[in-house]
Amino acid sequence: MTYVPLPERRSLRENLGNMMGATGRFVADLMREPLGRAGFIVVMLLILIAIFAPLIAPYSPTRQALGSALQAPSATHWLGTDEYGRDILSRLIWGTRITMQTILSISAIVGPVGLIIGVTAGFFGGRIDAVLMRFTDIVLSFPSLVLALAFAAAMGAGLQTAIIAISLTAWPPVARLARAEALVVRNADYVNAARLYGAGKLRLIFLYVVPMCIPSVIVRLTLNMATITLTAASLGFLGLGAQPPSPEWGAMISAGRRFMLDQWWVALMPGFAILLTSLAFNVLGDALRDVLDPRYTRK
Amino acid sequence: MIRIRDFNVRYRSGKTENHVVRGIDLTVAQGECVGIVGESGCGKSTLLRCLVGLESGWTGNIEIDGQSLGAVRGKDDLRRAQMVFQDPFGSLHPRHRIGRALSEPLRCMGLPGSPQRVAAALKEVGLPASFAHRFPHQLSGGQRQRVAIARALIIEPPILLLDEPTSALDVSVQAEILNLLSDRRDERGLTYLLVSHDLAVVAHMCDRILVMQNGVFVEELTPDNIRLAKATHPYAQHLMDVSLLSDAL
Repeated sequence: MTYVPLPERRSLRENLGNMMGATGRFVADLMREPLGRAGFIVVMLLILIAIFAPLIAPYSPTRQALGSALQAPSATHWLGTDEYGRDILSRLIWGTRITMQTILSISAIVGPVGLIIGVTAGFFGGRIDAVLMRFTDIVLSFPSLVLALAFAAAMGAGLQTAIIAISLTAWPPVARLARAEALVVRNADYVNAARLYGAGKLRLIFLYVVPMCIPSVIVRLTLNMATITLTAASLGFLGLGAQPPSPEWGAMISAGRRFMLDQWWVALMPGFAILLTSLAFNVLGDALRDVLDPRYTRK
Repeated sequence: MIRIRDFNVRYRSGKTENHVVRGIDLTVAQGECVGIVGESGCGKSTLLRCLVGLESGWTGNIEIDGQSLGAVRGKDDLRRAQMVFQDPFGSLHPRHRIGRALSEPLRCMGLPGSPQRVAAALKEVGLPASFAHRFPHQLSGGQRQRVAIARALIIEPPILLLDEPTSALDVSVQAEILNLLSDRRDERGLTYLLVSHDLAVVAHMCDRILVMQNGVFVEELTPDNIRLAKATHPYAQHLMDVSLLSDAL
């Protein structure tokens, strides 16, 4: 009998601690750069605002008070009121919910769909790759706004319609990226070694190739969120997103357009919210790329 | 143990055909260590990759352990021969811990991948059991190559195919890895097929050395031939002269 030392068992707490440590290091990396820090903080704030909207908002977002319509920003209404006397700050805070909901549900659909299509195409190559990528090219050529218009005509305007329409057109860039990564990984020696010890195709895809594609897909998705914010607002502006009286930012700009010259705050405030949100996601995506993807490291 | 007859590899792209390996015959007896030397692109790595089934597009007859092999390999075929790759930085999954890298082959082969088995495999290649919790990037090149050898040996194949196992390593580490390979071979009676462009490595490790040029074997040498720098074929002689020259420098 030879004595074989057992690898020390790790407690659950230690494993959890490890995970927390990894997340902590990740956030610390992100916070090192001033721009990344700003993007991260703004996105976190937006998420908190979306969650706690009922507690934060000083007024109801939908209660009309025609007596105090179109008031300029003041101590009682920090960002002024709109044409029905609703507090714009409260509407923006509740609108954060709609925006975040849209962004998150679209990303939750687009991420896995793009990843699976792209990795499948890249991993198998050949005819499967050709078919999937031509399909991706076709979808890529649909303008999402026009598709959303068609959808709204067919299904009726609403938040769901907007989410479906944007999701349908937002996955191809993710798929292309995942395919490019999978093409590199499938010929790596560690995948060849796994083939040699008899790992099945599903195992190779999900345990070997997908983990290598996830970082760049996350970066891409975060950058996509900026675009999604803008597209969702455009749909709202055209009246195809969330319907009144829900406080959707794009719809608020559309309503404020009529008073743009005299009551500038009605259109300006939601516009500023859209700008801030998409800028934050863009900056966060850039910073994430620096942290997750060593190929793009600055300096 | 390994019998290859009339073995050809051709790659076609459009109208041009690249005949990489041209009608090779090769027999390796059980427990033997055979080396193949030749310059880059002569087809030696391709031969190994075809042997384990990573490349298709070959013709001829491959027999391992008396079993004829086709293009598609079953688990029993795979268990007969494993391969150690050249680049220790590319052959371990960057996001799998060492313990996982070693238990995956067992799991895929339907064997129990217990931590004890992993620890024993690490000990066999001279690494502490605590390495099971590390990621590949926390290991040096030599340590990674040890892990790669442990991974190839863990499903107990009788044949090990070595594709330049030391050429990506420091000279001081090369000797350690070669000794490790020799010890495991003595212990388990393994059969080795070693591909290298380093004559010193093959002379140290192998019983027989085949010199390959443009997809054919041009000469068979013994380690003594190499030590004395004696060959009959001009290409083999040239390889040895170049190698002596670089050693002298």
